[in-house]
Amino acid sequence: MIVSAIAFYVFAAMAVAAGFMVIAARNPVHSVLFLILTFFNAAALFVLMGAEFIALILVIVYVGAVAVLFLFVVMMLDIDFAQLRQGFLQYLPIGGLVGLILLIELLLVAGAWVITPEAAQVAASPAPALEQVANTRALGQILYTQYAYLFQAAGLVLLVAMIGAIVLTLRHRPDIKRQVIARQVGRKRHEGVELKDVKPGQGI
Amino acid sequence: MEIGLGHYLTVAAILFTIGVFGIFLNRKNVIVILMSIELMLLAVNVNLVAFSVFLHDLTGQVFAIFVLTVAAAEAAIGLAILVTYFRNRGSIAVEDVNLMKG
Repeated sequence: MIVSAIAFYVFAAMAVAAGFMVIAARNPVHSVLFLILTFFNAAALFVLMGAEFIALILVIVYVGAVAVLFLFVVMMLDIDFAQLRQGFLQYLPIGGLVGLILLIELLLVAGAWVITPEAAQVAASPAPALEQVANTRALGQILYTQYAYLFQAAGLVLLVAMIGAIVLTLRHRPDIKRQVIARQVGRKRHEGVELKDVKPGQGI
Repeated sequence: MEIGLGHYLTVAAILFTIGVFGIFLNRKNVIVILMSIELMLLAVNVNLVAFSVFLHDLTGQVFAIFVLTVAAAEAAIGLAILVTYFRNRGSIAVEDVNLMKG
């Protein structure tokens, strides 16, 4: 038990520190790398809680896809990073004030609330004991039955996001030459070859 | 030394606050604002999973998966908009976004 407590504090402290460095790092590339570190530590926290499927999905989706996407965009845009940092101190007081108020509110809520005793009875899908059914299998058993329509809707959200991203970033540039295969195939001999009758000794 | 629900909620609260703080702080850099939104969604996920585990109700973890889906879609669309914006304006400062209207 003491080991898991130490592990919790280590992972939580690293997640919070890396999360702070995301917004404090001077270089956006470093921000993305700290974001990846935050996700890894959050995944470790999920493993500590016993939600290993979410933890691994978090690593795959966030670190494997989202963070790499961020990294690509940061590296492909030609930005003056020093200029981006201007106004940092200007917004520090108002940002700090809002953040502090929000944190105090959240901690007050966290300190004062209690779970109603009926919570165990009204559980929509009670988790089976870990000894009988593993976390991943239990999740699949309700995700594909009880939440099948929501699962389809999530797939639709991803489809729309994919189409939207392609539509937004695809551009047709009129000033470059493109290969049009139909035109190449549909070309006739008389369009491409012209025969000249050259008189001897005169040239064209 | 027992790690309870309150510990995880505190971590999530701090992460969420860092996300809000980052949005206020980086007024010139849209990429960091998008990353702050990801941090906030991560904090929400920590909350969902913590409640799910400590109340023995799997629904929270299912919803965490859906939040993850929406976060991935949001990042893709947001970055696509960012690339288009950068092509048109040559900068990613948030402060001149309102020049784009009309």
